[in-house]
Amino acid sequence: MKPVFFLREALRALKRNAIPSFAAMATVLVTVLVLGVFIPVVQATTGAANEVRGKVIADVYLKTDAKRADIERVDRLLKSEPMISKVEFISKDQAYKAERERNPKAYELLGSNPLPDTFRITPGNPDDIGKIRDALAPSAPGGGRTVVDPAIDEVRNREEDTNKILAVTNVVKITMALLAGLLGIASMLLIANTIRLSLYARRREVEVMKLVGATDWFIRWPFVLEGVIVGLFGGVVAILLLAVVKIAVVDPLAADFALIAAPETIDFPLLIGLLLVAAVSVSALGSGLSLRKFLRV
Amino acid sequence: MISFSGVEKRYSATDAALDGVSFDIFPGEFVFLVGHSGSGKSTAMKLLIKELEPTAGEIRVAGRDLAKIPRPRVPYYRRNLGVIFQDYKLLPNRTVYENVAYALQVTGGGRREIRDKVPDILRLTGLSTKLHNYPDQLSGGEQQRVAIARAFVNHPPLLIADEPTGNLDPETSIGIMQLLYRINQTGTTVLVATHDVAMVDKMRRRVIELADGRKIRDEQSAAYAAAESTREFAVRMRSAQG
Ligand SMILES: Nc1ncnc2c1ncn2[C@@H]1O[C@H](COP(=O)(O)OP(=O)(O)OP(=O)(O)O)[C@@H](O)[C@H]1O
Ligand SMILES: [Mg+2]
Repeated sequence: MKPVFFLREALRALKRNAIPSFAAMATVLVTVLVLGVFIPVVQATTGAANEVRGKVIADVYLKTDAKRADIERVDRLLKSEPMISKVEFISKDQAYKAERERNPKAYELLGSNPLPDTFRITPGNPDDIGKIRDALAPSAPGGGRTVVDPAIDEVRNREEDTNKILAVTNVVKITMALLAGLLGIASMLLIANTIRLSLYARRREVEVMKLVGATDWFIRWPFVLEGVIVGLFGGVVAILLLAVVKIAVVDPLAADFALIAAPETIDFPLLIGLLLVAAVSVSALGSGLSLRKFLRV
Repeated sequence: MISFSGVEKRYSATDAALDGVSFDIFPGEFVFLVGHSGSGKSTAMKLLIKELEPTAGEIRVAGRDLAKIPRPRVPYYRRNLGVIFQDYKLLPNRTVYENVAYALQVTGGGRREIRDKVPDILRLTGLSTKLHNYPDQLSGGEQQRVAIARAFVNHPPLLIADEPTGNLDPETSIGIMQLLYRINQTGTTVLVATHDVAMVDKMRRRVIELADGRKIRDEQSAAYAAAESTREFAVRMRSAQG
């Protein structure tokens, strides 16, 4: 292999085919730009949806006469359930204090504390909330529910709210994943097609090279390097534009709006690294592979 | 050097472009392959450079059975042949100099070798003043000579030329033939396909004639002056013309 010769060949081809090369570069540029905007948006949306789903919880109310031993037994029972990721104990006194602060007059009238000890449980996967409830309080044959531990009075989740949250956030997440997938595929097809067009115009040249005794790789290396250069140029320009937009528009706004600085958004350096690697490899592989057809001489 | 035995090539099931053609060409020979348009000359050439595969029969070049050369080795086989194509097949994005240099570059030739050999062959083909022209800035005859320079710059043992005087005037044609003759005198085997019968008659060399894909003639011309110099050759060609 002679890297200098191949690089010179690639540069010559770019110069002599300025218009198709420019079209390929522009395609890479636009694609990287769109992906660069879209990836953080998908992540922020998914992050927001996950945050909402984190609010899905269930309360396990104990009987009012539950003893300390009962409480410890139920605590162990809940902690041993693999679908539950977090168990928080709220004693009747804590609950009473919190409620009285919210609604002092009503609690004044009550006098004594009517509230039970409560475990607030968070599922590992919000979609499991129904199963957890069934595990702790199986449906009885005659309707209603029994409980797995005599100290438990009732297991309750706010069913309406929970179902709505789960349905909406699921739709949001699936839609975003679908859009991201489609955009990824569309970008690759677009770049591959632009490259194929510019190669098609040069298929005669490739044929001649084969007929005067060039090996496949002797012909292919300059094309691959050409792809690398096109991907690098298009990618770098797109990333510069993204950086300008980030510094001039997104960063000042992020100080004011929490959503834009959503915690799960990818870091900028990692994002541009990924985009650049993707642009260069799609473009280089595209050139190398599209050539195959024309090398069969 | 070249041996065809029972070679058949069909592009479609119905008619054969070559039909049971057999001949042997020996090292150092200068042979014409003639026949009307469509008689199968270019097909024979394409089989020789393994651009196409025969549907039956065997082709051997320098003792090697072409059917047994695996695909990755084909480029290395082609480097032993100089090929002048009917449609020149120059690289449009390269100058005359670069087109000829490319044939050396594919074989791994370095800059030194290119600087030594390319100007020489371009002088021999009379292109010294056109080094930096692109193919579309050349006349047909000049492009033809670039194709010859490229085919011969490696000094291959076998040179095959398809219609090297195709669309040229008689004077330019003689120039090209003189060049091929000079190359043949260095020991290179030369096979020329042409339908220019007048030219062939004047050259007085071995002639293989095809008609509808079959060999109908293979003969040595009687008055064959093997030791004729290039200058004598040119003089005789011009006088025969008048
Ligand atoms: N790629 C192809 N597909 C189908 N038929 C072909 C193909 N190439 C050539 N032929 C047919 O094969 C026959 C021989 O063609 P070939 O090109 O060998 O002729 P030729 O002797 O070189 O003619 P010319 O003097 O015009 O160059 C012709 O009938 C032609 O139509
Ligand atoms: Mg022909």
